Amino acid sequence: MNKGGNPKGGTKKEAFMRRLTIDDLKKIKEQYEATFTLRHGSYRARVTIHMGTCGIAAGAREVMSALVEALAEAGVKDVVVTASGCAGLCSKEPMATVELAGQAPVKYCQLDAQKIKRIFSEHIQGGSIVQEYALVMGSETSY
Amino acid sequence: MDKFRANLMICGGTGCIASGGLKVKQALEAELLSRGLEKEIGIVITGCNGFCAEGPIMTVYPDGTFYEKLTPADVPEIVEEHLLKGRPVQRLMYKEPEKKKVLPVMSEIPFFNLQVLRALKNKGLIDPEKIEEYIARDGYQAAAKALSSMTPEQIIAEIKASGLRGRGGAGFPTGLKWELCSRVPGPLKYILCNGDEGDPGAFMDRSVMEADPHVVLEGMIIGAKAIGASKGYIYVRAEYPLAVQRLQKAIDDARAYGLLGEDILGTGFNLDIEIYQGAGAFVCGEETALMRSLEGKRGMPIPRPPFPASQGLWKKPTVLNNVETYANIPSIILNGSAWFKSLGTEKSTGTKVFALTGAINNIGLIEVPMGIPLRKVIFDIGGGMKKGRKFKAVQLGGPSGGCIPESLLDTPVTYEDIMQTGAIVGSGGMVVIDDYNCMVSVAKFFLEFTTDESCGKCPPCRIGTKVMHDKLVDITEGRGKEGDIELLADLAQDIINTSLCGLGQTAPNPVLSTIRYFRDEYESHIRDGWCKAGVCRPLVTFYVEPEACKGCGACARVCPQKAVSGEKKKPHVIDQTLCVKCRSCYEACKFGALKAGPGSLAKELIEKAKGVETR
Repeated sequence: MNKGGNPKGGTKKEAFMRRLTIDDLKKIKEQYEATFTLRHGSYRARVTIHMGTCGIAAGAREVMSALVEALAEAGVKDVVVTASGCAGLCSKEPMATVELAGQAPVKYCQLDAQKIKRIFSEHIQGGSIVQEYALVMGSETSY
Repeated sequence: MDKFRANLMICGGTGCIASGGLKVKQALEAELLSRGLEKEIGIVITGCNGFCAEGPIMTVYPDGTFYEKLTPADVPEIVEEHLLKGRPVQRLMYKEPEKKKVLPVMSEIPFFNLQVLRALKNKGLIDPEKIEEYIARDGYQAAAKALSSMTPEQIIAEIKASGLRGRGGAGFPTGLKWELCSRVPGPLKYILCNGDEGDPGAFMDRSVMEADPHVVLEGMIIGAKAIGASKGYIYVRAEYPLAVQRLQKAIDDARAYGLLGEDILGTGFNLDIEIYQGAGAFVCGEETALMRSLEGKRGMPIPRPPFPASQGLWKKPTVLNNVETYANIPSIILNGSAWFKSLGTEKSTGTKVFALTGAINNIGLIEVPMGIPLRKVIFDIGGGMKKGRKFKAVQLGGPSGGCIPESLLDTPVTYEDIMQTGAIVGSGGMVVIDDYNCMVSVAKFFLEFTTDESCGKCPPCRIGTKVMHDKLVDITEGRGKEGDIELLADLAQDIINTSLCGLGQTAPNPVLSTIRYFRDEYESHIRDGWCKAGVCRPLVTFYVEPEACKGCGACARVCPQKAVSGEKKKPHVIDQTLCVKCRSCYEACKFGALKAGPGSLAKELIEKAKGVETR
């Protein structure tokens, strides 16, 4: 096992599926930070569906399927869809956070399949926030 | 921590970082250092402000000047003009756009702006099933630091200095617990995580495990190094399938990356962690019972001492911490104890996660600095009472805690202050109760719970809680007697003093605190046969006050018995012979015309109605 090797050497998966050193940790951090912040250019938007128990109970899976369906139908490949935990406002689930590159994340609440499809076409594709379903803009302070 | 005369809040949101926010921060740090201002002016990285299009952005406090589109080149001018000479740099200040944004930003909404996310910093942000996303948010950096460059003594010293106290409820200092265990010699020690969250209305630990499972593992790795443990278990209740699934994925991924197992990160340190699913017995949240359950025995507590630090799981030295406690560890190691203590009070440092629920508008999972007044949590973060109802009490600490009345709402949320009120901070369940609730029934609910969940090993808890519950049933069903309140209080003290474990020792708290603050309700149940909140059916009669009734018919529409009658716009009447006291009409009336009278009133009204008929 080549511990000192450069993780960028092989394919991503190969390089990382091995025992990490402290240096490797930093490299993963840098590499994934870019994806995370929509910085490296191949994605223009990131949609996070909040799938804690509360979200799932309120119908987050349907929202997720509807969005994935909409993306497939439109042949969109430059939008990342990820699942995440509870967003904190369980009474307003299902929630989703839509972040277009270089813009503030927008949290949508009390979603269903119809609503997420509209958000897909108006916000993700069209660039204008669907005010009726939106709750808030921005992300929380953490220090 | 130093007091700064000014703070520079630099947005650390993704938008601002993408547009160069970190470079501006570095330039500021360098500029402040070169002018010797680093002790006078602080720099804080905040969450996304919402104005990403104008980024990088920065707010200067105390004056609140808002700068936008900053570059490192602007930094010397800001420091020279604004911070030294007190003249804000006009050209860099935010200009009101022509079109006003309709959507509020987080900094404008109390639900978001009063929270500080530490234990929950990755909440809803990362994909909990992708270890790389956790690493991208500084994940496992603290473990790397602790394993490669800190001795167990240094880790313990840092945690002790941070003042972190157990987040599971008892508030025992975490550093001290680790120190006690680290001093016990032994080749095999265990580090355990308590995810057996069982308080009604509490879901903090579940959310942390679901949203950010790796932070729990990382906290355990650091704790294991501190005490010298090589094996860890996470005890999670089987009712949390998603938490179990995500933790398992996290453990598998961490193993594959060599973050668990042998020679972690090439440092020579070994630790493996397994999940153990509990069957959902409340008593298994108690440490000695949890360990018995892990050993495959019936989950029952044993007397202490010996304490788990010396003889815990399989009689080996063991440390057990709560999920949220572990979630706080990595950032203390990374940012230092002084950072951690910068929030909270002297004896209750840092932040606390609460599951906010009940009769309020915003139900959810929140994290606030210790010391915040309850009122702010309930009315600002919680968004006030649902349906405009009146606040009656807030229940903290679940079956071990108590109810806090409105008069004490300015109590700061700290371990000591909440304890003074007769409640406990507990693991963080916060249930808000409105004036439609009967406090005797609330106490009865919790006693029913503890009576069910008592393991039965010690008589004070097994029998005592049952006797108390029976008394409460009597009171709520109209069989209360003078002296019952005193008897309950007396029995409560005996149970507290003589029970074997925390379950019994705290089980009477809901009764004691409701007697303390709502004694009049107990008295009116017993003396007047009257449940003024209209909850205890034998002790209430619903009737319409003709003067207040507008004749809207809302009560008649919801009545399942068709007991309410009346013409439109004329006062309605309830037929007491048909009424089943479901209180639908009581809740439906918008004019306060429906009243809850004493139980005996029904009889009087029936007699009266008969009198009218026969005449």
